[in-house]
Amino acid sequence: MIQMRELRKDFTVRVKAGRLRREKRTVSAVDGIDLTIEPGEMVGYIGPNGAGKSTTLKMLTGVLSPSSGEVSVFGLTPVPQRTRLALRIGVVFGQRSQLWWDLPLGESFRLLRHIYRVPAAEHEARLRRCRGLLDLDAFLDTPVRQLSLGQRMRGELTAALLHGPRVLFLDEPTIGLDVVSKQAVRSFLAELGASGDVTLVLTTHDLADIERLCDRLVVIDHGRVVHDGTIEALHARYGSRRSLVVELDEPLPPGFTLPGASVTGVEADGHRVTFALDGSSSGAAVAALVAVASVRDLSVVEPDIEDVVARLYQAG
Amino acid sequence: MGEIRAYAALAGGKWRSMLSYRASFAAEMLSNVGATVLDVTTVFVLFRATAQIGGFTLAQAILMTGLTAFGFVLADMTVGNIDDLKRYVRTGQLDTMLTRPLPVLPQLVFTDLPLRKLLRLVFGATIYGIALAANDIDWTPARVVLAAVVPVGAAFFFGAIFVLTASFAFWWVESGEIGNGFTYGGRDFTSYPITVYSNWFRDLFAYTLGFGFVSYQPALALLGRTDPLGLPAWAGYVSPLVALPAVAIATAVWRVGIRHYRSTGS
Repeated sequence: MIQMRELRKDFTVRVKAGRLRREKRTVSAVDGIDLTIEPGEMVGYIGPNGAGKSTTLKMLTGVLSPSSGEVSVFGLTPVPQRTRLALRIGVVFGQRSQLWWDLPLGESFRLLRHIYRVPAAEHEARLRRCRGLLDLDAFLDTPVRQLSLGQRMRGELTAALLHGPRVLFLDEPTIGLDVVSKQAVRSFLAELGASGDVTLVLTTHDLADIERLCDRLVVIDHGRVVHDGTIEALHARYGSRRSLVVELDEPLPPGFTLPGASVTGVEADGHRVTFALDGSSSGAAVAALVAVASVRDLSVVEPDIEDVVARLYQAG
Repeated sequence: MGEIRAYAALAGGKWRSMLSYRASFAAEMLSNVGATVLDVTTVFVLFRATAQIGGFTLAQAILMTGLTAFGFVLADMTVGNIDDLKRYVRTGQLDTMLTRPLPVLPQLVFTDLPLRKLLRLVFGATIYGIALAANDIDWTPARVVLAAVVPVGAAFFFGAIFVLTASFAFWWVESGEIGNGFTYGGRDFTSYPITVYSNWFRDLFAYTLGFGFVSYQPALALLGRTDPLGLPAWAGYVSPLVALPAVAIATAVWRVGIRHYRSTGS
């Protein structure tokens, strides 16, 4: 459904070289991306600032034309066939509003119905669904400029969906939102994705978005894909493991080993020990431990995706 | 048909947005009329000093001023706000237009329709009407058609210049006021008989850039005067066609420009 082949986007920037002279330099924002996205997938696109996430999204939506390579969405090439494509995709760019600043939110929806030429009945049905799921009724008559960011974002989501797109591109949909609004947006997107008829492609800096929503994670850095797969695959690949933290009455005897686990930290004079679980299950490790030591307390810590990603960015 | 409804929706959105700032809308509308009145008054003031300008009487010169005023305001009313493209490009707000199922240029035009200039249109048309009445024109069918076509041609010509100069923003985000030199400068140039300008300046603006065919040449044809600068009489009748290459060039530059759009980081 979405295909990118050797996709590149170069920008020329002029940098100061000497007092008056300026030098042209070419910077590759997107540096050869190959990616295929199937219908119904929920793909999370992450990467550090300036990695090329938004640029890729803009090439997929026809905002920017690629420097080289191929891109197709529904078999359409976004730049020459932009207006046809626009009828079939929904776009939420967190920082760019689709709404009319001075008009009530509901009025924006009415205008969008005409712009996308949506039959009245379909429009009504979709709007009713969004109103229910996103609790829009309380501020449907409020001018957009008076909405809170969270309310506006719910409006943007609705605006992007009223023409019934089969793909929804979201550029940082949760940026700047408070916890409650984030959750509202996430659960709405989760529901949308679960219905299976909308493909979601989203960029984010909030990894909780990915954990909650995306079954596929694409990590991009310096314009290249550095990881493409599930979150589990990312953990497996970068060796992030669950760990077992135990608090002991007495330090462990010297030379103690736990099968399938290795010691990664000893604190409080040996009273608190952290094991990384390489192969064994946490149950087996706990059983082996209590057989030899007196355990006061223990906890199993899930690997932290933030750490993995931070390491990934640094490696790049 | 669906597209027309879509553009009507965009224009309606603008209209209703403006109604939320009624007072400022009214103030802008009035100040706009003031500006146009001043433009025309300049010409009258000039004639207080001299009875003839460049070999033309006041009434004849006013016909050129009227043609320009009406044509320019028609263009300004429709695509005049395209100048705002600079802002859309600099802020990256053009992204939203590019993700809608409509071409960008008409979207920009209808989203920002400068309705506050509405009274200017009335004023421009009035000046033109007065100028036509003030001259003793020998009305042949060809002249009737010409009188109707010339303001439209002028509007397309000025519109093309608006679009062309606005497109510079795709290459130079800080294109600043370069565009105004050609739009407002062009309007001022065509408000007077081109016989008043020095040779090289006239050759460049009137003949090379085509401004001479906007009001001067057609006015001669309407008045039935021979061109003191030597172009044949039929030149005035075909001069509205100068809008065609202007529109073609503007469209081409716009198309290339939009491919150069770089958006902004977000």
